[in-house]
Amino acid sequence: MNRILVIAEHDGRRLAEATARAVACAQAIGGEITVAVLGAEVAEPARAAASLAGVAHVLTFAAPANAHALAAVQAPQLAAVAVSFSHVLAPSTTFGKDLLPRLAALLDVPALSDVMAVETATRFRRPIYAGNAIVTIEAGELRPILATVRLASFEAVATGAAAAAIEAVAVPPELPAHTRFISVTSQDSGRPDLATARRVVSGGRALGSAEKFQLVHELAAVLGAAVGASRAAVDAGYAPNDLQVGQTGKIIAPQLYVALGISGAIQHMTGIKDARAIVAINKDPDAPIFEAADYGLVADLFEAVPQLIAELRSRGR
Amino acid sequence: MKRILVGIKRVVDFNVRIRVKADNSGVITEGVKQGINPFDEIALEEALRLREQGLAEEVVAVSIGPPDAQNQLRTALAMGADRALLVNHAGVIEPLDAARILLKVAEREQPFLVLLGKQAIDDDNNQTGQMLAGLWNRPQATFASTLEIREGIARVTREVDAGLEVLEIDLPAVVTADLRLNEPRFVKLPDIIKARKKPLDTLDPAALGAAPRPRLTAVHYAPPPARQKGQRVKDVAELVASLAAKGLV
Repeated sequence: MNRILVIAEHDGRRLAEATARAVACAQAIGGEITVAVLGAEVAEPARAAASLAGVAHVLTFAAPANAHALAAVQAPQLAAVAVSFSHVLAPSTTFGKDLLPRLAALLDVPALSDVMAVETATRFRRPIYAGNAIVTIEAGELRPILATVRLASFEAVATGAAAAAIEAVAVPPELPAHTRFISVTSQDSGRPDLATARRVVSGGRALGSAEKFQLVHELAAVLGAAVGASRAAVDAGYAPNDLQVGQTGKIIAPQLYVALGISGAIQHMTGIKDARAIVAINKDPDAPIFEAADYGLVADLFEAVPQLIAELRSRGR
Repeated sequence: MKRILVGIKRVVDFNVRIRVKADNSGVITEGVKQGINPFDEIALEEALRLREQGLAEEVVAVSIGPPDAQNQLRTALAMGADRALLVNHAGVIEPLDAARILLKVAEREQPFLVLLGKQAIDDDNNQTGQMLAGLWNRPQATFASTLEIREGIARVTREVDAGLEVLEIDLPAVVTADLRLNEPRFVKLPDIIKARKKPLDTLDPAALGAAPRPRLTAVHYAPPPARQKGQRVKDVAELVASLAAKGLV
């Protein structure tokens, strides 16, 4: 039988929803599911993990050294238990992407990134080339199989009443001290995070200046959306680098994506192809963005967007 | 010598729309424009800036790939790397094998810092830096957006999902570059000519003691599901009505 270890992501108080999505991937593989919770404070996240549907066991690794998720500190602890599992999964977040490959190296096994579908317990699909191709990977006899789980591809498992047994693992006293956490500051702009936002409004070079790019922010505010930008807009200095959407920027999958004055270069389109609905407003009827847009409006954005804002505001009342 | 080792991967140029082969055996890379992985270019730029600030004395660019990867190493030399190493291997390189090879190179070169791109834009694995740091038993700082070197330590800002995280790590260490770390310089023509005279050595992975041993099998490649063709709307009112009908606003 498969024994699957899922590494929990949490902040010491709340279990991240990403964990429940990784458990869903474990369910698709099939087998006995154990969740590992590493932290200084593990009680709350361990309780939440124990109540996730399909979870049989929870292992806690409580130690001051685990107060912050440092891959160099956590990977050796996980390596000690991972060998008794057939699969080890982590969410494909910056947490999981940082930790899992280091764990794989300690175990001398390869790892699969961004698993989007489970074909069999040893065969998985994952996106490559920014999602422009999907490759099916067979892991064969390799054990344990290590993978990060693409969150957009799995629905979180439900929280049930039946609680799994929680067992504390003794944390070795000697852990690496060469990596030290200093601080974390959240980029709280009042806007949702671009990477995970349900709605995103992006602006392109047609905005014309950083001042006029404010129009993108105004529409985003009305929609409760995150703000993005095309590479052309970033290169022109209208928006900072971290707002860039596309192959070399952020790859996003919002419910609604609104592209303002974006022509639709390949490298931009690969960043938004998983969006549920794409709206494009552009003056150029031949812009490639209209090929991919679910709703295309050929218009001067400086006329259309203020109208759109007014229309949305009047509906909101 | 205070040395920085920088990884340079040859990948399909980011502007190319790749296609899957008709027999689903792979992605068409023959006759397609190739370049330096954009994140590796950022890693190299950071190494060059550290050298220009006097915090490093030598920047060594290393690539693992076919003989054609010399072109990308020449570009790296033209950007400003002092010398280059090609670990010659034409076949598939899994991240763990790349990390094993880079470990051997690091043991030879004794860098105080290894700078890599956070991921390559072909296989999108985002693993090699973490694996190298694990095998090397040294600190890692992935998704770096700022990097400050002091005596024996580095202070790195990381772009994590929660925001910006700052770590302090002892050197030597592995740092992987995210998009915001810097904007790479453009190569100037005289530098391209100068780069032809810079040393570029070729190494053999087996001779290094790290012959690749791929263990995952790619059994099938497919294009992603196509998007359905959308509709044109005539004005803002119709746009809003359409979106509202789908519950999107």
